[in-house]
Amino acid sequence: MDKFETLTGIAAPMPLVNIDTDMIIPKQFLKTIKRSGLGANLFDEMRFDRQGNEIADFVLNQDAHREAEILVAGDNFGCGSSREHAPWAIKDFGIRCVISTSFADIFHNNCFKNGILPIALPQEAVDVLMKDAEKGANARMTVDLENQTVITSDGENFSFEVDAFKKHCLLEGLDDIGLTMEKASSIDSFEAQAAQARPWV
Amino acid sequence: MSPKTLYDKIWDAHVAHEAEDGTCLLYIDRHLVHEVTSPQAFEGLRMANRPVRAPDKTIAVPDHNVPTTPGREDPKNMTEDSAIQVAALDKNAKDFGIHYYPVSDVRQGIVHIVGPEQGWTLPGMTVVCGDSHTATHGAFGALAHGIGTSEVEHVLATQTLIQKKSKNMKVEITGKLRPGVTAKDITLSVIGETGTAGGTGYVIEYCGEAIRDLSMEGRMTVCNMAIEGGAHAGLIAPDEKTFEYVKGRPHAPKGAQFEAAMEWWKTLYSDDDAQWDKVITIKGEDIAPVVTWGTSPEDVLPITANVPSADDFEGGKVGAAQRSLDYMGLTPGTPLSDIEIDTVFIGSCTNGRIEDLRAAAEILKGKKIKDGLRAMVVPGSGLVRLQAEEEGLADIFKEAGFEWRLAGCSMCLAMNPDQLAEGERCVSTSNRNFEGRQGYKGRTHLVSPGMAAAAALTGKLTDVREMM
Repeated sequence: MDKFETLTGIAAPMPLVNIDTDMIIPKQFLKTIKRSGLGANLFDEMRFDRQGNEIADFVLNQDAHREAEILVAGDNFGCGSSREHAPWAIKDFGIRCVISTSFADIFHNNCFKNGILPIALPQEAVDVLMKDAEKGANARMTVDLENQTVITSDGENFSFEVDAFKKHCLLEGLDDIGLTMEKASSIDSFEAQAAQARPWV
Repeated sequence: MSPKTLYDKIWDAHVAHEAEDGTCLLYIDRHLVHEVTSPQAFEGLRMANRPVRAPDKTIAVPDHNVPTTPGREDPKNMTEDSAIQVAALDKNAKDFGIHYYPVSDVRQGIVHIVGPEQGWTLPGMTVVCGDSHTATHGAFGALAHGIGTSEVEHVLATQTLIQKKSKNMKVEITGKLRPGVTAKDITLSVIGETGTAGGTGYVIEYCGEAIRDLSMEGRMTVCNMAIEGGAHAGLIAPDEKTFEYVKGRPHAPKGAQFEAAMEWWKTLYSDDDAQWDKVITIKGEDIAPVVTWGTSPEDVLPITANVPSADDFEGGKVGAAQRSLDYMGLTPGTPLSDIEIDTVFIGSCTNGRIEDLRAAAEILKGKKIKDGLRAMVVPGSGLVRLQAEEEGLADIFKEAGFEWRLAGCSMCLAMNPDQLAEGERCVSTSNRNFEGRQGYKGRTHLVSPGMAAAAALTGKLTDVREMM
């Protein structure tokens, strides 16, 4: 997995609440057996018309935000399906960090598996960051995972919480399966004990 | 011993390893797999030369993009990309030695219907699947939730998940439901109350007289949509109904082992003095037959209400509501029961079980759907389909003017050819009314099976109580 340490980049504002995974990557793009190449279809139905032309007022089609690496979004980002194609599409587009007041559980988990940092902050902080994001290419936001801070282009500073284990994995780019395999003996002994206690499983 | 919730009990019985910071390896008893979210996970195993750790606990079935029309066993009758995904699942199931129900098998169906039907899902288990509606299995008192593809690979390789414990929420539905009110109305009403993020960070246990009164099918409908309320999982404590449902299923324990299992299953309830982080109580008699008007499952109103206006909301929801109204093509103030529809879809892991088909057929019996309407029933599994045919329900549907399809997810997420056209308005027994969910620019109103049948007869959103 790619490491995430610090990121300084353009942020795109998407103030809509409840942006669901069907919006992030519509189902017709789930028929792939690969993880790559989904960035071209990120937010497809909001971003392109039926002929494949860009919809001008969509934020990622605006020159100021085309190169965005950070997304600032409304409440409950990533709700809906468990499709990991959503973070795959976000990452493939070039976005490495999403900031909102809250995230749906499965999407939040999926981000960490793919080197994307989801940051949850109180409404007032997201409001400030949303305004900063509106400046687009004229302003760059900085996200510092080690120090758990987001810094606006004006130098305003917001601290965020992140699970210590997930932070460690992101900073080091660690592969979960490899880490769990190191605990194989615990799984073996659990399995043996469970087979005694609940043999019908 | 300190009092525990049902969730606490199941969790404690499955922790294989706990780190100092509380990060746990949770052992997984059942891993359900389908064709859309698994190919990349199996590919990962191949690249790392890893086997599936517990193939006997891994069950696969293609459901998301299989066609629901005859001849689908022939890949030529699938779109090329769907055929590739189904072929990949065929191959992965064979190569890794996992249980498999191919398209040609009468037991094939939606993974969340097949699991319980075949007795794979049992009380007290941990159940995961690369699909958010895994919450369905919570109806058995199993801790069940959706996972992403990386986690699918993690479970395939290690039979565990890296997890931190969620908080406990109790949702109590007291008293009796009124006539015409169903499990679907309960679950939608709860989401209407909590919002789609209200359950974030929690495992919900549904309890109360109205929940106990539900059949297993109804309980599955309630738990199925726990995810739409943002919850990590939904649970209902197992009782005699649960044990009766499970008994005799192909993969349920038999004889002495069933008795031994029962002994443990009977301990699976929340202790009286258990601590809850959040409690919501709704009176069963206050729940009406409901319908969604917008593009979020929280956009729930009784069928007797009017289309709201964006001004009725606050904060970020104002913009979202206006966007929903525009997308849905609705004018504030219009009675919901005046809204004309084009299509009716009965099916999905939410409402594709035998009881759902019975409820719809009851309304349709001896009647015809409104002229010009498109209506289809997609049973949740081949066995549900067979049973419905034996009970004469299929004939009722066909005579009323419904198409009688083969099992699959179908128009719930429209990955197969069953899709809405632009602007087409559908009354659907599925679980999501998101923009584009059932087809590009398609418009979805979520309802119970009875409400869907009632709408099919009138061609409008309709109060099922007028048809009873």
